[in-house]
Amino acid sequence: MFRNQYDTDVTTWSPAGRLFQVEYAMEAVKQGSAAIGLRSKTHVVLACVNKSTSELSSHQKKIFKVDDHIGVSIAGLTADGRVLSRYMRNECINYSYTYESPLPVGRLVVQLADKAQVCTQRSWKRPYGVGLLVGGLDESGAHLYYNCPSGNYFEYQAFAIGSRSQAAKTYLERKFETFTDSSRDNLVKDALFALRETLQGEKLTSSVCTIAVVGVGEAFHILDQETVQGLINEFEIVGEEPTPADETAAPDQGSGAAAPGPSEDVAPMDI
Amino acid sequence: MTKQQANWSPYDNNGGTVVAIAGADYCVIASDTRMSTGYSILTRDYSKIIQLADKSVMASSGFQADVRALQKVLEARHLIYQHQHNKQMSCPAMAQLLSNTLYFKRFFPYYAFNVLGGLDSEGKGCVFTYDAVGSYERVGYSSQGSGSTLITPFLDNQLKSPSPLLLPAKDAVTPLSESEAIELVKTCFVSATERDIYTGDKLEIVILNASGIRRDYMELRKD
Repeated sequence: MFRNQYDTDVTTWSPAGRLFQVEYAMEAVKQGSAAIGLRSKTHVVLACVNKSTSELSSHQKKIFKVDDHIGVSIAGLTADGRVLSRYMRNECINYSYTYESPLPVGRLVVQLADKAQVCTQRSWKRPYGVGLLVGGLDESGAHLYYNCPSGNYFEYQAFAIGSRSQAAKTYLERKFETFTDSSRDNLVKDALFALRETLQGEKLTSSVCTIAVVGVGEAFHILDQETVQGLINEFEIVGEEPTPADETAAPDQGSGAAAPGPSEDVAPMDI
Repeated sequence: MTKQQANWSPYDNNGGTVVAIAGADYCVIASDTRMSTGYSILTRDYSKIIQLADKSVMASSGFQADVRALQKVLEARHLIYQHQHNKQMSCPAMAQLLSNTLYFKRFFPYYAFNVLGGLDSEGKGCVFTYDAVGSYERVGYSSQGSGSTLITPFLDNQLKSPSPLLLPAKDAVTPLSESEAIELVKTCFVSATERDIYTGDKLEIVILNASGIRRDYMELRKD
């Protein structure tokens, strides 16, 4: 994307019918470190890469528990992510208080999307610079949604966002058909494999990643470092999963969306 | 022309009695399960006890609609605390929160007479007793509700050392063992049931200790 005269305000349309500020916000998501989500019929696994700016600092928190049955992983401006997580937590608490039952995931993501849309139509605001992978359980089963700064949201079987997420999406597109009936442990394994793809050769250890699980009879929780390292060691001993040579992955319904390149014709949020 | 008097009250008293006793490493919180209105019984099987956090259990007698509303507010506040601090609220922290929540409605109070029991950060039993607007105090034992006037003097007599009748109390908690405390609570309720019409049906006892939480039930007279 190149600078042009229609990108100063979020409230300015381009002649091609695009809102560049919103698209720039979605660029911010692509710059963030990778976050991955996958779901089966009964479980959702969220995984993310935790890179700290220096050895001296702590890792950025990228996975948040929203309620016992919902969790979210983010990519992009983590401060925006933190604020939106607080909003989601409040919505869940208020819904539980009024209805004494857990907020259905689909309702939460719509509220989140509407909140994001407001920021695309106010001259004194800016869009949120964070993409959220919302994973949760409700009466209709396990769900994984992706909420983007444009105010759109999509449901996925598996998805990856952030930098080098295409590598993870390629892996997920190969394997996603097995996810629905996958066991919880295999789902976590697949998440780790997908995460490893985004590291492009760097060693996968529990210090660079965070994994969280939510499922039937299992409240949302982040797995501790020991458990994660144990799982990594398990499959590393068994042997490497062969990665395919092809880079082009046909976008499939229900799997990752095609990466919007610097094309001038289709706006990313319309995919 | 006499002044028109209000004939509708926003409050009702659903009766019932609650008791809590703190021990060296346990806490016993008990209540009857009868819910009444006027001279009628609404149900014989209503729990007045709720676990608010890992180590905090609240029992409340009074107007059960207000009690339920109060429980919901505390539950929601506890969730917020957990999100912000990444841990459960301690019993003394919950005690302060309950007091603040009650005083918040100082000019339209929750008609709830509460007793909060649990374990403090050292694992010792603690009991906090409240009035309807949030005045509270940490004690070794307490009773609230319709049978409290019958039970409190009995506990003063039996639990001599934490009793404030020996001013100041000789011990903060009772030297009784957990099973002795449970027997004492059962005796309290059986006696109170005899004389208080609003207490009876069934006794629910919640015991909190280092191994966790458990519930015991005992039948009481149903008349």
